[in-house]
Amino acid sequence: MAILSKEDAKKILEKVISFSKADGIEANLNGNDGGNIRYARNSVSTSGEDSNVSLGVQSYYGKKSGAATINEFDDASLEKVVRRAEELARLAPENPEFQEPLGPQTYGAEPKTFIESTAKITPDYRAQAAADSINPASAKDITAAGYLEDSRGFNSMMNSKGLFAYNKSTSVDFTVTMRSSDGTGSGWVARNFNDVSKLNTGEASKIAIDKALQSRNAKAIEPGKYTVILEPNAASDLISLMLNMNARQADEGRSFLSKKGGGTKLGEKIVDERVTIYTDPWNEEVPTANWTGGGLARKKMDLIKDGVVSNLIYDRYWASQKNVEATPFPGNRIMLGGNASIEDMIKDTKKGVLVTRFWYIRAVDPQTLLYTGLTRDSTFYIENGKIKHPIKNFRFNESPIIMLNNLETLGKPMRVASGGGPGGGGASLIPAMKIRDFTFSSLSDAV
Amino acid sequence: MKRRDFIQLSGMGLGSLMLPLSSLGNPVAAEALLDVPLLVGEKKQLADVALNTARSGGATYADVRIGRYLNQFLNTRETRVQNIVNTESFGVGIRVINKGTWGFASTNDVTADGIKKATEKALAIAKANSKFQKEPVKLAPVQGYGEVTWKTPIQKNAFEVPVSEKVELLLSANAAAQKGGASFASSNLFQVNEQKYFASTDGSYIDQDIHRIWPTFTVSMIDRASGKFKTRDAMSAPMGMGYEYLIPKAEDKLSTPTGMILYRNSYDIIEDAVTAAKQAKEMITAKSVEPGKYDLVLEPNHLGLTIHESVGHPLELDRILGYEANYAGTSFASIEKLKSGTFNYGSKQVNIFADKTQAGSLGAVGFDDEGVKAKRWDLIKDGILVNFEAIRDQVHMLGQNESHGCCYAQSWSDVQFQRMPNVSLAPGKDPYSIDQMIKDVEKGIYIAGRGSYSIDQQRYNFQFGGTVFYEIKDGKIAGMLNDVAYQSNTQEFWNSCVKICDEKDYRLFGSFFDGKGQPSQVSAVSHGSSTARFNGVNVINTGRTI
Repeated sequence: MAILSKEDAKKILEKVISFSKADGIEANLNGNDGGNIRYARNSVSTSGEDSNVSLGVQSYYGKKSGAATINEFDDASLEKVVRRAEELARLAPENPEFQEPLGPQTYGAEPKTFIESTAKITPDYRAQAAADSINPASAKDITAAGYLEDSRGFNSMMNSKGLFAYNKSTSVDFTVTMRSSDGTGSGWVARNFNDVSKLNTGEASKIAIDKALQSRNAKAIEPGKYTVILEPNAASDLISLMLNMNARQADEGRSFLSKKGGGTKLGEKIVDERVTIYTDPWNEEVPTANWTGGGLARKKMDLIKDGVVSNLIYDRYWASQKNVEATPFPGNRIMLGGNASIEDMIKDTKKGVLVTRFWYIRAVDPQTLLYTGLTRDSTFYIENGKIKHPIKNFRFNESPIIMLNNLETLGKPMRVASGGGPGGGGASLIPAMKIRDFTFSSLSDAV
Repeated sequence: MKRRDFIQLSGMGLGSLMLPLSSLGNPVAAEALLDVPLLVGEKKQLADVALNTARSGGATYADVRIGRYLNQFLNTRETRVQNIVNTESFGVGIRVINKGTWGFASTNDVTADGIKKATEKALAIAKANSKFQKEPVKLAPVQGYGEVTWKTPIQKNAFEVPVSEKVELLLSANAAAQKGGASFASSNLFQVNEQKYFASTDGSYIDQDIHRIWPTFTVSMIDRASGKFKTRDAMSAPMGMGYEYLIPKAEDKLSTPTGMILYRNSYDIIEDAVTAAKQAKEMITAKSVEPGKYDLVLEPNHLGLTIHESVGHPLELDRILGYEANYAGTSFASIEKLKSGTFNYGSKQVNIFADKTQAGSLGAVGFDDEGVKAKRWDLIKDGILVNFEAIRDQVHMLGQNESHGCCYAQSWSDVQFQRMPNVSLAPGKDPYSIDQMIKDVEKGIYIAGRGSYSIDQQRYNFQFGGTVFYEIKDGKIAGMLNDVAYQSNTQEFWNSCVKICDEKDYRLFGSFFDGKGQPSQVSAVSHGSSTARFNGVNVINTGRTI
């Protein structure tokens, strides 16, 4: 039941709309089948599956609206949920920010978000994927703790103004932490795909095992400003923090994109001119739905072009206040990179630090986008073009804006999970990057 | 349109559909939150279906949780209501030990047939996973308690208070802040009720009714000319209480040398909103801190989070054993350090205890989610590490044979696992007030409220900010400071604790949505303390220009 075809979803939604007696109605029908397996201490600890389909209905009278949901789909249930939404809409106060549903939109070609092989993942596949990760670890006296999560689902919507949208998608996310038996080394790897045939948990795990072995007995070096090479996951952890480019907050004066004296930084250069970040639902590596939850058509759109803020995100209400077009919320983020491999960047570095990933990143100052956090699971010191030795983890205090003004080199982009892991906010394509003067403010003994 | 008319309102617009509701439950009308879908006798009959099916299917142990989880979240901004969400989630989770291995299954089909099928699924999962099991599950013994009940001792059920009255209070707080000069004000009220029925093959049938509440706000001040903006969050704490927390009582108000009023077991949201506007305004022009070593005077609503991160988490036994290695991390606190009996976690003043019975706390229950009676135990005594936090299937690894009773699942559909109990710092034994503490400090900073917080995956190195910062100079408060964060190492920090105020200053801080596990589950936990002084802590300046 969880994955309805476009035709089946449309039939249910048409029925829902036909029951409406309000000024207007909008309905969202979504479903998801998910599965996961978790292991630790080289043994599976939990595994499970879930399945869920739900229909959400919003009815409105003027600027008064009400919403209700249901997970039964016979005619009587569909009518019941519509009547419930209407009853709630009648009782609601006027919402000055309410926007009537959109009319029909042009969405363009369907992005390749659904991959059959991912949709067919079984419990046996997950068990094997875990075994492929645990076995090479055990063989080298390494302790594996990992998590694999996969999902297949669909989203659809229809409203009384004639809009209909449908998308189905798949994804698989894998992370594993490998720890050396003496507790002094730790490695980590993450993989995120919408096509599971690209995932090999055994090969990925070997990278983490090697890092666990190489990072043993790390030495402490003095905190301070260092040239860093950030692997794509580490880079993405920080880049994603600057991409909530909310126009309303900027206009209200409470964003890093607000300008002294009023106004916003739209059209201003805020980072190095080699930085270009855009969104594109049809990108083959990180395809995403070509419409937003509200039905707005997504498009290929620059967020930062040649270092300049090229778009802020206006929701429909704020767009109407500012007399601009509403901005579809991006479903993915793609940052242009270069051709340099991480090895090339290391060769080119006289003195620096290679970072596998960051951890526990928290905002310190929203005004400057200053964040703090720590390196984790393999940090290395680079000297004269070579990895010299593993180093103890650092705490950093840095702003992605300052960091992207100190850009040295961009590497090859890689698909990474947005929003910090499985079930997060889709995927991004982010390059490894070399940054000068990155601020490490203290040492951590954590392995 | 009168506000009274939208008491039943369950959603105000598309916003309500955008929330990640699947993890909370299905939206319902406010009045449905007061329904009683099943009587205790009916729950017992259904629970017995699970237990009997498990036994006849070969299980050596089984427990069943029939749960109804209710949430109501109210969100406002300035003069308008942004969202009202009521959700209900009802179902049953069954856990069995079969062939020495755990199996778990859940269903929202709360009928004899649905429960039987789910139990059979749990048995099958246990059997399948037993292939991977290295050692059979070993449970610490627990007595069967028969048919018992427990309820959070609330005075006023928040779900019985009309939504209009609650919205009115939030909008009044926003108005008070704006009248005080705030540029923006938003406020929220979170209310949770867990109605859970637990039964196990050990002979317990436990019916519990748990309540939690959290009013909070953010007041913002914007200075267009300088381009600066500052925010001040509420000084409330999430509590294991009813709506009585929002009815201010004079005896719960604590005055401080900064002029700011702080709150114990009841909260004056309007008074605090007025103070917030005043402080946010002062922050715009407050001086930036000079980095260096300071004596820190940490207020309980701030110190609670430091306790949470640097004591609560590192003493979780499942972390220590490596079960959370891929996500939350492991811990510097090893079994060897515990068994040595000499690991000085903190100075002699530091006595930290776990307590699942603490009145008004978020973690207070009668019994945990595997039928273990709630209790209090010491974690750090006179500065020495003396115990961890453990549940039935892991406590034997400490050489102990009694669970600490800190097993929890966020809903019927999630499997229960080890979660942090309330972890609190005992107040100082000698009479000592906050006024005296400030008088005794030559060069220091007084920090109140939660702020930015970050700690490494083994819980050594941390950095904390706060809500408000005041400079202390020669025993006196010398104005507000900006750009303050302190960095320390857990053991070094707790060993720098030199003084703790007495019990008159003791109050609770809480974390309402503490995340752990993969897939992630939230839990709520409180941390009590009195204001405490830490000498010579490293303070950094977080000011930057972009």
